[in-house]
Amino acid sequence: MATKVFMEALSPTMEEGRLVKWNVAEGTAVKSGDVLAEVETDKAVMELVARGDGVLRKQFVAEGATVPVSSVVGVIAAADEDIGAIVSLAVGVAATAPAAAASSSAVTASATSATNTASAPASAQVTAPVAAPAVAPVVAGSTGPTRSSPLARRLAREGGVNLGAIAGSGPGGRVIKRDIEAAMSGAGAAAPSATTASRAAAVGDFVDEPLTQIRKTIAKRLAESIGPIPTFFLTAEFDMSRVVEMRTQAAALGDDFKVSVNDIVLKAVATALAKHPEVNAHWLGDKIRFFNRVHLGMAVATDDGLIVPVIFDADRKGLRELSRESRELAAKARERKLTPNEYTGSTFSVSNLGMMQIDQFTAIINPPECGILAIGALEDTPVVLDGAVTVRKRMRVTMSCDHRVIDGAVGARFLQELRRMLENPLMLVF
Amino acid sequence: MPIITYREALNQALREEMSRDDRVFIMGEEVGVYNGAYKVSKGLLEEFGENRVVDSPIAELGFSGIGVGAAMAGLRPVIEFMTWNFALLAIDQVVNSAAKMLYMSGGQFNVPIVFRGPNGAALQLGAQHSQAFESWLAHIPGIKVVSPGTPYDAKGLLKSAIRDDNPVVFLEGEMLYNTKGEVPEAEYLIPLGKADVKREGSDCSIITSGKMALVAVQVADQLAKEDIHVDVVDLLTIRPMDVEAIYASVRKTQRAVVLEEGWELCGIGAQVVDFIQRECFDDLDAPVLRVHQADVPMPYAKGLEKIAKPDAAKTIAAIKQVMYRA
Repeated sequence: MATKVFMEALSPTMEEGRLVKWNVAEGTAVKSGDVLAEVETDKAVMELVARGDGVLRKQFVAEGATVPVSSVVGVIAAADEDIGAIVSLAVGVAATAPAAAASSSAVTASATSATNTASAPASAQVTAPVAAPAVAPVVAGSTGPTRSSPLARRLAREGGVNLGAIAGSGPGGRVIKRDIEAAMSGAGAAAPSATTASRAAAVGDFVDEPLTQIRKTIAKRLAESIGPIPTFFLTAEFDMSRVVEMRTQAAALGDDFKVSVNDIVLKAVATALAKHPEVNAHWLGDKIRFFNRVHLGMAVATDDGLIVPVIFDADRKGLRELSRESRELAAKARERKLTPNEYTGSTFSVSNLGMMQIDQFTAIINPPECGILAIGALEDTPVVLDGAVTVRKRMRVTMSCDHRVIDGAVGARFLQELRRMLENPLMLVF
Repeated sequence: MPIITYREALNQALREEMSRDDRVFIMGEEVGVYNGAYKVSKGLLEEFGENRVVDSPIAELGFSGIGVGAAMAGLRPVIEFMTWNFALLAIDQVVNSAAKMLYMSGGQFNVPIVFRGPNGAALQLGAQHSQAFESWLAHIPGIKVVSPGTPYDAKGLLKSAIRDDNPVVFLEGEMLYNTKGEVPEAEYLIPLGKADVKREGSDCSIITSGKMALVAVQVADQLAKEDIHVDVVDLLTIRPMDVEAIYASVRKTQRAVVLEEGWELCGIGAQVVDFIQRECFDDLDAPVLRVHQADVPMPYAKGLEKIAKPDAAKTIAAIKQVMYRA
């Protein structure tokens, strides 16, 4: 049976894609899962994979061409199968996609299911539905079923919780009882508003706090004074000698224990954030969302510009895992291979320009986050210790704070915590 | 309360029922002069004489058939199989005669008989002598299948089995005979078809019976230390099965693991899972998992035998999986 190859929605906001390169020539045999082509979305270059077995009989779109999501870009079929109907339909490309799906027999079924499967991974990440693409009839069915236990479904029904708005914590994203319970205890936040950007966050992972009058006044007055995000900056200089020692000692244990100073900083930031949810928050206009989980954004410079991949649950990960993940994410970012779920959902971010010999800088907050930490270079600095001048490894960090959420003392307390951890990195073991 | 062995509990049940009702008699290989292959009938020949404690030849089909005939004629035989592995030779009398007589005689002949003996694997007895037959037997309408794991249950259930007016298959265990437990001196009966909750817990149910009930209790006690509270439902009777007890437990815990001694395919656990999915579908927070013997003839080699058997570690792993703690 023939399988149409569609331009799939490879990011939540993708409406069209540019076919960068065909990896498979016409007439080549392919199996389901084989990479057929590279497609540039609005965010990254992604792989378009085969959704069926057979021979790639036709490429309808030339390399370099841009077509809307859901357009038929090729067809996979048996070598001797008649694909005349698909070829003629594909000529009208995008606009005819719904018509094609509705038109005929065997092809329709496989094409529709192929689209559904294809789009499901992308849209499953999305808490709030993305604006429906123009070709609604095909894409509308692509929300994909939410996996859930029968009990979770019953509890959701009884509690009036929207199951689709919950990210499951069970295997394969299955929504289970604890997810529903978390959602229901989450201050009635079961259905996040469409503007919510916390796509990777399950509803129970945070606490929404309505704005108090004083908070409202602070927000309004300070925003009037300076831009839409009234930012202030806190700078501190940490003694990193022990971190450097720890890193050296760990590295001496073997390759398994090699991590960078930056990895240790990430670990410390994540651990400190877990203890200070008051800075691990999103500003949502009418409320502040304080997160109980730490999803740490990590600014990465690429040839195309800045992107912030996310280390999810960074506070719960060990140094080795954190180090490996940050390396992998950075590499993927530079190769433009990040998938949307890898760069959305951060609760706080870190930007490090230390390796470029920047002593100190201010970073711009990535809304709706409320803080970002700018990390400077590690430097040998003369300091007075016990009355004597001595040389220590020092590092300057600057935290940009959204004053609508974080007051000076609140940000300072977080930095105090971070200082304690980085100056006594043994704390990170506990 | 006296603490006695499973073997002694069965012996007491036999003695009490033989004293109470002179229609009750025992027949089987070595039950008399030798006091029983596992000494369950110890002292009974001396006490009740050779008309009521009958040593049979090694002819399972023959003495089982005599037992069925005797039951039809008004006696209440207790047929001992040296093990259920040997009862395969007599399965025609169990399945075709005992189980069907009441039905096929239009209610004219009931068969008040008990077939009893050790079931399941002991230690290194080889593939032919290490089999759990409860699913074979429970498959058959017309017989009840009882599988007690403790001395208390064994005594109370054997007495009820002997008093039952229809055929009862009574599954014991070679590894159980020496286990001990409290058994009251005063007479008591445990009704057939009723499960017993051996441990109360709110986090996960284990549905099990027989020897595996002991494993389940051990698992429950161990997991309690990790703050996982397991509800242990000991079925006691496999047929008829106390489904209400299963439902009550699963509705409480929302998760279940079925633990049995036998093989997976068409096992008791398969039926339990079916009952659960039908009646407790909306209560389940995880798929129901099963723990059972590996799908191979029981290996003789000690290490392999251990791996093939269901045990506490496998049960704990299954529980953690259904609790999403794996």
